[in-house]
Amino acid sequence: LCFNSLSHLNEDLKEMLESNKESLKLEAMKRIVGLIAKGKNAYELFPAVVKNVASKNIELKKLVYVYLVRYAEEQQDLALLSISTFQRALKDPNQLIRASALRVLSSIRVPIIVPIMMLAIKEAATDLSPYVRKTAAHAIQKLYSLDPDQKEHLIEVIEKLLKDKSTLVAGSVVMAFEEVCPDRIDLIHKNYRKLCNLLVDVEEWGQVVIIHMLTRYARTQFVSPWREDAVFDENSEKTFYDSEGRRVDQSKPYIMDPDHRLLLRNTKPLLQSRNTAVVMAVSQLYWHLAPKHELSIITKSLVRLLRSHREVQYIVLQNIATMSIQRKGMFEPFMKSFYVRSTDATHIKTLKLEILTNLANEANISTILRELQTYVKSQDKAFAAATIQAIGRCATNISEVTDTCLNGLVLLLSNRDETVVAESVVVIKKLLQTQPSQHSDIIKHMAKLFDSITVPMARASILWLMGEYCEHVPKNAPDVLRKMAKTFISEEDIVKLQTVNLAAKLYLSNSKQTKLLTQYILNLGKYDQNYDIRDRTRFIRQLIVPNEKSGALSRYARRILMAPKPAPVLQSAFKDRDRFQLGTLSHTLNSQSNGYLELSDWPAVAPDQSVRIVEVVELAGAPLLGKSKPGKSAEKFYSDSEEEEEEEGSSSEDSSSSSSEESESESEENSDDSNKSSSSESDSEKKKKTLKNKKLQQQKPDSKDSHDLALFLSQSHLFFLNKFLVVFKFNLRCIFVANCRCSLLCLCVFLACQFDAVSWHVRVSLQASFPVFVPETSHELLHRMTGKGLSAQYRFTRQPCIYGNSMVSLQLTLSNSSDQALENIHISEKSSTGQNIHRFNAIERLEPQASVTVSMGVDFNDSTQAANFQLCSTKTLRSDELSVSIQPAVGELLLPITMTEADFTKEQGKLLGMNESSATITMTPENISSQSVNRKVVSVANLGVIPSSQENIHSVPRRCLNLTKPTFWNVIKKTNCS
Amino acid sequence: MIHSLFLINNAGDLFLEKHWKSVISRSVCDYFFEAREKAVEPDNVPPVIRTPHHYLINIYREKIFFVSVIQTEVPPLFVIEFLHRVAETFQDYFGECSETTIKDNVVIVYELLEEMLDNGFPLATESNILKELIRPPTILRSMVNTITGSSNVGETLPTGQLSNIPWRRAGVKYTNNEAYFDVVEEIDAILDKSGTTVFAEIQGVIDACVKLSGMPDLTLSFMNPRLLDDVSFHPCVRYKRWESERVISFIPPDGNFQLMSYHISAQNLVAIPIYVKQNISFFETGSSGRLDIAVGPKQTMGKTVECLVVTVHMPKVVLSANLSATQGTYNYDPVTKILLWDIGKLNPQKLPNLKGSLSLQSGAPKPEENPSLNIDLKIQQLAISGLKVNRLDMYGEKYKPFKGVKYVTKAGKFQQRLSEWLLVHTEV
Repeated sequence: LCFNSLSHLNEDLKEMLESNKESLKLEAMKRIVGLIAKGKNAYELFPAVVKNVASKNIELKKLVYVYLVRYAEEQQDLALLSISTFQRALKDPNQLIRASALRVLSSIRVPIIVPIMMLAIKEAATDLSPYVRKTAAHAIQKLYSLDPDQKEHLIEVIEKLLKDKSTLVAGSVVMAFEEVCPDRIDLIHKNYRKLCNLLVDVEEWGQVVIIHMLTRYARTQFVSPWREDAVFDENSEKTFYDSEGRRVDQSKPYIMDPDHRLLLRNTKPLLQSRNTAVVMAVSQLYWHLAPKHELSIITKSLVRLLRSHREVQYIVLQNIATMSIQRKGMFEPFMKSFYVRSTDATHIKTLKLEILTNLANEANISTILRELQTYVKSQDKAFAAATIQAIGRCATNISEVTDTCLNGLVLLLSNRDETVVAESVVVIKKLLQTQPSQHSDIIKHMAKLFDSITVPMARASILWLMGEYCEHVPKNAPDVLRKMAKTFISEEDIVKLQTVNLAAKLYLSNSKQTKLLTQYILNLGKYDQNYDIRDRTRFIRQLIVPNEKSGALSRYARRILMAPKPAPVLQSAFKDRDRFQLGTLSHTLNSQSNGYLELSDWPAVAPDQSVRIVEVVELAGAPLLGKSKPGKSAEKFYSDSEEEEEEEGSSSEDSSSSSSEESESESEENSDDSNKSSSSESDSEKKKKTLKNKKLQQQKPDSKDSHDLALFLSQSHLFFLNKFLVVFKFNLRCIFVANCRCSLLCLCVFLACQFDAVSWHVRVSLQASFPVFVPETSHELLHRMTGKGLSAQYRFTRQPCIYGNSMVSLQLTLSNSSDQALENIHISEKSSTGQNIHRFNAIERLEPQASVTVSMGVDFNDSTQAANFQLCSTKTLRSDELSVSIQPAVGELLLPITMTEADFTKEQGKLLGMNESSATITMTPENISSQSVNRKVVSVANLGVIPSSQENIHSVPRRCLNLTKPTFWNVIKKTNCS
Repeated sequence: MIHSLFLINNAGDLFLEKHWKSVISRSVCDYFFEAREKAVEPDNVPPVIRTPHHYLINIYREKIFFVSVIQTEVPPLFVIEFLHRVAETFQDYFGECSETTIKDNVVIVYELLEEMLDNGFPLATESNILKELIRPPTILRSMVNTITGSSNVGETLPTGQLSNIPWRRAGVKYTNNEAYFDVVEEIDAILDKSGTTVFAEIQGVIDACVKLSGMPDLTLSFMNPRLLDDVSFHPCVRYKRWESERVISFIPPDGNFQLMSYHISAQNLVAIPIYVKQNISFFETGSSGRLDIAVGPKQTMGKTVECLVVTVHMPKVVLSANLSATQGTYNYDPVTKILLWDIGKLNPQKLPNLKGSLSLQSGAPKPEENPSLNIDLKIQQLAISGLKVNRLDMYGEKYKPFKGVKYVTKAGKFQQRLSEWLLVHTEV
């Protein structure tokens, strides 16, 4: 009947699914999902359901997906019918639909479609939407579990996705890496710095996975920071080597690899995360990687987690227990956080107790003991017993309190609760073994208690004590044995064994009184049901009772049985847990779980550090666009300067996209001509130059040889020496702008700098381009009246500063309007107010009415705060110090960058809403040509222009000098008809 | 990572299952049931259980066990944190997370679980992203949906999913712009029999309810930020600015969220708002005992103590209690052995008192252990640590929002021990 009603129900559902009404279908699917949720079987409906896979109703479609994923494995042939729908959906313009199609397709565990899945994954891995790429990363793991033979192909995809710069993808691809090829550490090298830098912005779940992976990585790549400092330091052979020797020698003090430091630095803020798993992950990273003296920062965060849910407490306490064995000091100040509350769950209580015991030392033992005593009275008897164990451990570890503890435990023997008494007996037994002679009265006391104690373990312990120290209690021991002879048959096995032991020991030491008793007990044991007891009895008899058969052994019976035994060491159950990485499942279970990846030991010598250096050119081929990559010749051409730069470059700056190198914009212009003042003139000048450049381009369009290029370049230097800019456009589509100022020498310097600038900015994520417009206006720095003849004007050159890439470069014109020569003009050393200033070289002499132009760099820290400094000059042996200040306009703190329109919109899309500000400016109709708008904008701020396909939008990307993230400007022109 | 999820109620009924990889038979839960039986109390079930082929990681919340099945190594906290996030999402969607609401909304639950995990790895856990994908049920919407046939499922990728601030969706609009902050502090304390503080600390959270249009950028500053010993933030808070300026700068999520939690350590003296005088004794003979509890204010900073509740966990042998209370009502549950005295508002002029006799199981020995007292209370308009919000500034938007801050102090794990510890005289 039941079956009938079920099939009847299925008929109903089938009918609903086949109706024309969306709402009926949806209702049916909802009921089916309800069945699946309850674990009821609904696979008979498969054909009816699968028909709706292409439904327009998105909710219906999603429910069908749920069904399909659940039953496809059981209905493989029918499931194949749906594949074409997914393949179509993979091309949908809506990224959510593409992603969910891939999700479902990869979740259908049908081996036949493996090639289709592989293809879909490869395609999705290059999708423009990071969300789809994230889904692809998840699909990798699914395909791998379905068909491990695809490993090699999947690794290729992983390699590609690891280079992805989206924070959305990072966590998922590292997860795939961990699952598919955790041993391919080499894939991480090039992405290491990027992952470190992205980490803060990755979603919390991804952070956990990445941190665990990086912990493993770091243990293979860096040398141990735990080295005992200054061991070999004294007889260091410094004199033999250059003091700045490159290699870190054993004898040299430890220097942390900057990449190692980078990881520690970038994970630290995550200790404040609300996600407990992230906090734990960072804590274990510090535990395994940080120098010991830096460990203390994780303590507070771990203690904070104890306020969280019961389950969280459990895991965190376990980890703290392991840590507290090795490093008591870390948690000692927080001891009271581990005090037990009566409402705690039993396993939480036990763990807290464990930690309190680990933390005990001479200084705090009295506090801890007082706390432990309250626990003994707990209603939870298992916990009370654990507390007694803990007291025992404190007593053995800290000799000062051994006696106090022992006395306390003896008092507990009169406790009404049996478990408490039994546990006390067991612990006392262990304690007495350390110093038996002093405590014969305790043993006597226990002998008296023997009758009232019923817990087998406790009885066995007392019997063992009697036997072991029978010489200290010569009167009591035979009496106890007598009692045991009476009750032998009804005792537990463990008690029987100890009775046999006691009998044997007494027989050897006091055979007069106990001979008969012993024989009686041995006879009882001989016919015991338990074979252990029978064996033991037989063995003991042969050993102690001399007869003709017993060999040499019985002569040593006394030495065998009464041998001094080492006292047991009471130690923590967490003693050897640190063999597992903290925070892992294996650590929690104290046994290796499936798929546990061992943390390797530190290498003795650090592997090559340079593997993590990311080369610029390699990066240029960003996966996003995959269009024209810069040719090889470019690499050769400026490789020298680049490599140098790489070597001395600080490691914290990571490389990322340089797709901007493939700039589409043709006219990157720069005018440095101070003679021209009107902008219209400079405009026409620009046009001329553009023409020239284009000619140049056509002259050498095919020059692939780097020598040719170099030659070409040097020729052009001569050609354009007269204070003009040079714009080259190679067939490689790389644009170089060289600004020539004074001399050929200077030009060369500049070229080199420009190349450096290229590599700098590429590594800071986006390439700086060159100013579209440089204002001619100079600002007064020092008036000749206040300057006593010396006057100064400054001007923003809008060039990437050669003195440091976060500096703004300034041109200073100093003129002497007095009638005497000025000497030694320079910027005072002590002057700067926080800003980093690169001073110009001192001018030895400035004749009357002469002027000189120098350049300097100021790091304004991206603020409009004025830079104050003193200008010093000497006039007829009287030196003057003149305070001056430069107040930068916001627009001058920017640096334009080159990028394509597509990149611009993409990058801008990432910033959605954040830091967006807009303003409307009203302009007269005659001023609204795009050129004039551009001109106005670039005259106030140092921006680049991206030609836009849409008429009314001008996009101007730029980045602040100190920030790595670009900011985006959109100028949208709205034509107001009125 | 997470293979499957089973929801099991307190009675041991498995009422929902969801698999993210191939199906795992529900018989795997037998290992859980075994552990559940052994633990007696649901709280004592070990969070991680090993079975021959799988690992079960479970949480117990709102009388439901969330049991997840794991096959390979994974950080256990990762799973635990995620399961709690699931429970919170249910609470957020259905108002409460209970067996009934989950069963009533099983389709939405399934859709949510589908979005939250992909192949066992978390995909979308931010509440506002989920709400764009799957709209929470309301009566009105379900009616409209049945008539028009429109669905609860979003068709485009939520904007938050791709942005750098996934916690906020774009295009939020309110006619009344308001931002409320609740500073809630809980006192965790252990007092000994005489009322002396053994251990006390303050745990605080700032809950926010922000309903502001557009993309407001808020800055919250305190009069005395130095008080805060250890903090943890919602991901929206800019940690750098906290480190350098001790202000909380953030673009808030839309709606209710917890902005931060903080800790004020035991090193600072913690004010204990009330005292409890108690005397619980059991007679050697006659199977009875006496109870006398009085409560009075201690350091309340001039505010009224409200919602005062005293809970006593009695020894197992106590059968019933015959008491009289000068204020409030008391109730003794002979099954759980919990005596609950609901006092209400504490009147300093007339101190409440509860006394009377306890009857014990006849023949049973006098209980060895002494019970402990748990105290619950609430003080409005007071943050016991003295923390004060200085000001809230908004940037990025032009309208003037309505702002409000409320302070509440509660008792957290506030316990007074009644046991004597004169057992061992430690003289070290």
